[in-house]
Amino acid sequence: MVQKTVSINVPMLARVEGEGALHIEIGAGGIEALQLKIFEPPRFFEKLLETRSYLEVSDVVTRICGICPVAYQISALQALESLFDADVGQWVKDMRRVYYCGEWIESHCLHMHLLAAPDFFGYPSVVEMAADYPEIVRRGLKLQGLGNDLIKLLGARSVNPVGARPGGFYRAPEVAAVQALCQKLRDALPDAFELVRWTAGIDLPDIAQGFTSVALHHPERYAIAEGNIVTSTGVTLTAAEFEQHFSEQHVPHSTALHCLLHGQPYLVGPLARINLNYDQLRPEVKQLLQECRVTFPSSNMFHSIIARAAEVCQALLDSIDILQAYTLPEHPYVHLTPQAGVGYGASEAPRGLLWHRYEIDAQGAVRQARIVPPTSQNQARMEQDIRLTLEALGLERPDHELRLTAEKVIRNYDPCISCATHFLDLRVVRP
Amino acid sequence: MTKPSIAVHKFSSCDGCQLAFLNLEHDLLSVLNAVDCRHFAEAGMVDEDARVDVAFVEGSISTPQEMARIKRVRANSAYLVTMGACATSGGIQALRNIYSDGNWAASVYAQPDHISSLASSTPIAEHVRVDFELWGCPVNSFQVLALVNSLRLGVAPYEPRDKLCGECKRQQAVCVLVTRGMPCLGPVTTTGCGALCPRFGRDCYGCYGPGENVNRDSMRNCFAGLGLVDDEITRRFHFIHSHQPVLKG
Repeated sequence: MVQKTVSINVPMLARVEGEGALHIEIGAGGIEALQLKIFEPPRFFEKLLETRSYLEVSDVVTRICGICPVAYQISALQALESLFDADVGQWVKDMRRVYYCGEWIESHCLHMHLLAAPDFFGYPSVVEMAADYPEIVRRGLKLQGLGNDLIKLLGARSVNPVGARPGGFYRAPEVAAVQALCQKLRDALPDAFELVRWTAGIDLPDIAQGFTSVALHHPERYAIAEGNIVTSTGVTLTAAEFEQHFSEQHVPHSTALHCLLHGQPYLVGPLARINLNYDQLRPEVKQLLQECRVTFPSSNMFHSIIARAAEVCQALLDSIDILQAYTLPEHPYVHLTPQAGVGYGASEAPRGLLWHRYEIDAQGAVRQARIVPPTSQNQARMEQDIRLTLEALGLERPDHELRLTAEKVIRNYDPCISCATHFLDLRVVRP
Repeated sequence: MTKPSIAVHKFSSCDGCQLAFLNLEHDLLSVLNAVDCRHFAEAGMVDEDARVDVAFVEGSISTPQEMARIKRVRANSAYLVTMGACATSGGIQALRNIYSDGNWAASVYAQPDHISSLASSTPIAEHVRVDFELWGCPVNSFQVLALVNSLRLGVAPYEPRDKLCGECKRQQAVCVLVTRGMPCLGPVTTTGCGALCPRFGRDCYGCYGPGENVNRDSMRNCFAGLGLVDDEITRRFHFIHSHQPVLKG
């Protein structure tokens, strides 16, 4: 039996951060080729870092991604501080959590409302959606703004923030400013709870898939920048052991590298985190999810949007707890003494695990850097997901439907393509 | 008033300057309703070759494809605005122009044949005529809003070009260079950020680019007087805007 050969091309993916494209070929035997192409030009950040002082690293890496600069700063600073045996103290740890919570709130709300929601409600963009659902969009933009306010409190601005430094922060925010923002966060709590209810009410596709989740895990707190890396297959490792289990490969169709766990695709990001760390969610958030009849762990990738909303609630509540007990520190940072060696850092960027490795010389200058961003980790999983979802939908469906479904799957991962493209130490994969 | 048509194009960048639009909160909807937004991929509008009144360009030119694409963008746009350090001066990735010997991709990717990357990262104005430049790494929402409003109202857009030092004085921020001996680039950097770094107790590192008529040699001497060695001083100049002639050397 002869079947048609269909070629589906999405030359430029809309509503993703960075530039990507999708190419699918369907022949008699099903999907014969499927490539998520990332054509974002490489900017060679790991090379730019070489010879730079450890004091400059966070100002360089923040420029890898406009949407998740805090994640880049914190992973880098942790790597340096662990190498230099520095204890930054509780005040700095708390403030970094608030700073990071701000980025989760900002990035998640931006993604949910501007990038993902139009898919689920059948609009080309948020502008059309806002005409029909003004309150929902306004609520999302307001929460996004509060996330930005949290980043600005400690970082001065929310894109390429300047406040973080090795050992802590350049400046401690004033008590009055903290109290004022804390009140705004408290006032926004009902909005955040409504946000979860709203996502739980969206008519999401019901597709179960088998996948491995990978995230940081801490026994007491919902892990953002602490704990070990764990997998749903039962592996537990420190940031320093990452390279023994995860490997990056350069595939011809992409300037981003595919990262694999023991040779297999895996998932990072909000769904992976909530799947692995549900027990560490705050009771208020767990109760809310129960009320909404949403159960985690979930094998439905489309539950990512609910996971994001739950994390917005979690981040807001955590920030309020920390900020309402805020006092001025004696010093906003500790002094570090550089040591030669290799340091590792890992934290949970809004879109998933972000791993850094720095080799530093005795003067504190970078000899070599390696950065594995979340989107290169998710890339193989995304291709796998598109394939499974389209097969479940039925490959005989019209091209435009297949194309829209594939785009929806991709956006669900909140890919950050600017981050995914970078220079890597040579790993030869000869054809 | 007819709505002006706009496009937001991305080249080699971190996407951070587009956030000057996307972080506008409730003003985002006002802006998008006040214009006819034809292309802004991150916001969901895709029509790369649309003819528009105003094109906003983020990012530098770092691949052969980008060299060709910026010419199409120029041909399709009545007015072209560059947004941010990458587009106006090549960005942080222009450090490769000085340090890479032109072969970073070839020496490091497993299959460099598949990497299409130029040896240099260059500003838009080296490739096509630019009508207005918004400086900053990143630009902020105030700059973008002011520009959109100027163009809607038919007045010439304006950005202050004086040095950051003046802004610090207006904000009554204590000078970190004079009082703490920090190698602050404020005296040679354009204002626009709101003096964020000095107000946060650190030295400016030059996000908004070199100011007009800067005295680089005098700044170098000043930093040497603070105890910085030659290499450290050069590194301070070679950061966000290293491709600017006045900061080279």
